Amino acid sequence: MTLSRADVEKVSLLARLLLSESELDTMTTQLVRIVGYVEQLGELNTDNVQPMAHALELHNVFADDVQHEHLDRAAALANAPKHDAECYRVPAVLGE
Amino acid sequence: MTLLQTAASELLRDLEARRVSSRELTEAYLAQIEKHDGQVKAFLHVDREGALAQAKDIDDRRAAGKPVGKLAGLPVAIKDVLCTKGVVTTCGSKMLENFKPPYDATVIAKLKAADAVLIGKTNMDEFAMGGSTENSAFFKTRNPWDLERVPGGSSGGAAACLAASMAPLSIGTDTGGSIRQPAAFCGVTGLKPTYGRVSRYGLVAFASSLDQIGPMAASAKDTALLLDAIAGHDPLDSTSVPLDVPNYSASIDQPLAGLKLGRVKEHFGPGLDPEIEAAVNEAIRVFTGLGATVVDISLPHSKYGISTYYIIAPSEASSNLARYDGVHFGYRTDEKAMLAELEAEQKQLAAAGDERGLKNLDTSLIRMYRKSRAEGFGPEVKRRIMLGTYTLSAGYYDAYYLKALKVRRLIRGDYDKAFEQVDFIIGPTTPSPAFKLGEKTDDPLSMYLEDLYTVTANLAGIGGISIPCGQTKAGLPIGLQLQCRPFDEERLLRAGHMFQQATDWHTKRPKLG
Repeated sequence: MTLSRADVEKVSLLARLLLSESELDTMTTQLVRIVGYVEQLGELNTDNVQPMAHALELHNVFADDVQHEHLDRAAALANAPKHDAECYRVPAVLGE
Repeated sequence: MTLLQTAASELLRDLEARRVSSRELTEAYLAQIEKHDGQVKAFLHVDREGALAQAKDIDDRRAAGKPVGKLAGLPVAIKDVLCTKGVVTTCGSKMLENFKPPYDATVIAKLKAADAVLIGKTNMDEFAMGGSTENSAFFKTRNPWDLERVPGGSSGGAAACLAASMAPLSIGTDTGGSIRQPAAFCGVTGLKPTYGRVSRYGLVAFASSLDQIGPMAASAKDTALLLDAIAGHDPLDSTSVPLDVPNYSASIDQPLAGLKLGRVKEHFGPGLDPEIEAAVNEAIRVFTGLGATVVDISLPHSKYGISTYYIIAPSEASSNLARYDGVHFGYRTDEKAMLAELEAEQKQLAAAGDERGLKNLDTSLIRMYRKSRAEGFGPEVKRRIMLGTYTLSAGYYDAYYLKALKVRRLIRGDYDKAFEQVDFIIGPTTPSPAFKLGEKTDDPLSMYLEDLYTVTANLAGIGGISIPCGQTKAGLPIGLQLQCRPFDEERLLRAGHMFQQATDWHTKRPKLG
């Protein structure tokens, strides 16, 4: 599978990144090399191998259903680049 | 100067006996930082006032006969990836340049409870992605042994501050070798505990199934002291393991009889620097002299470690770093300029009658996300987000991500089989000694290949330690890696200590200008 510049541009939208024309060129060259390298995994037969998503084969961990302390609103908003007394502020989402 | 050369465990005894005060000790380390960190640049932030206030408080309580914690009065440096309440935590990123966490990471809370003196936050590769600390958005840290060379990474500041005697204890994190590789490059001891041994609560996530916080120090004995303070189950991290924690310091002096070591033949192949090979073989002879037996073993899938890692880690990173959206916290692009730019693009497309272009044009919210992330993240972080987004995307998930998870199982299987035969796996930590600044920055793949001997421990979730075992002719430190069965850190540290009782590589320190 080869990765085209158009693929890289599409992935940049999925990743919510905005790449300049020259970044797109560099990124395409580098990703083609890296993806080309990791394709070595294709030489292994893994038909009967269970995927291992995690180092610990953990089962669900349950907590008691009790109320805990939580961050108060001011603390939760304190690091936001833009906020008012109650909410995070973002650019208009709906059309004008 | 002698205070700075004393082992942390001895300093603790001196503090307890009140032969030295925490204030004197903290002042000595602060003076060393003042004197040399302009060159080494290990610290992003030194908390002079906070540290001195903490030291004074501990001295006062000790003098009054009140109870104090188990590290009471010892300075500890913190990699700037652990949340410290009210103190800027940057992750080496412009994205978090002004981020003040509203809570402490569990490890920070434990260190505070142990009355460690938090002396400052150390430099790192942005979001812990890298092997040289050159990916920090702020500045490059230099290797105290040779200022033209990198300290390794991503815990480069954490290792460099130890080598430069700017702190006796240091906290790092390891996702693919980020404690062990800089420990090797800087001639210090660094432990990556088994996954689940130390709580990750409040650790800024890179790859959640691989990340682990660990202790770094001059020696295995001091490393054990720090692990005692941070290990254990935490209800706030459901992947931390509810197992009893041994008292690592209590048993550290007991040597291990009848040790069986496995020498991985794949770790001695082409690409290994001959001086490192010789030093590691000499270290194996030291162990043999201490009564260990050594057998050759094979980890047949280790050559797939880098590929597996560079699919799984970026995939998890692309998901974890989606939280940096310029809304809740972190950097946001200049909104006015962004909106003006978008409007200009829209007009241009409309004038050209480009219906498709207009339809595909970002909404203002999407553009705000994209521009904030484009400006807030550095090139390596973008590269990994892109790689991970690609390997998780529709049509490629099975070929890359799922395939990598299956190979991960095979890599773990290799270790399980090896540990039926041996107690520890022994070999080099890195294929080559510290490289020059700028040497690998244009070639990300060659930087990735540096992790060859370390990534598989993260994939398998086992423990590993790097201890100094020699120097090259040019005077650069060499690291010996020992890997252990899950949750066998107690014996791993004892093995490291045994080695350090028989050698003096861990006592060597660079001459600073």
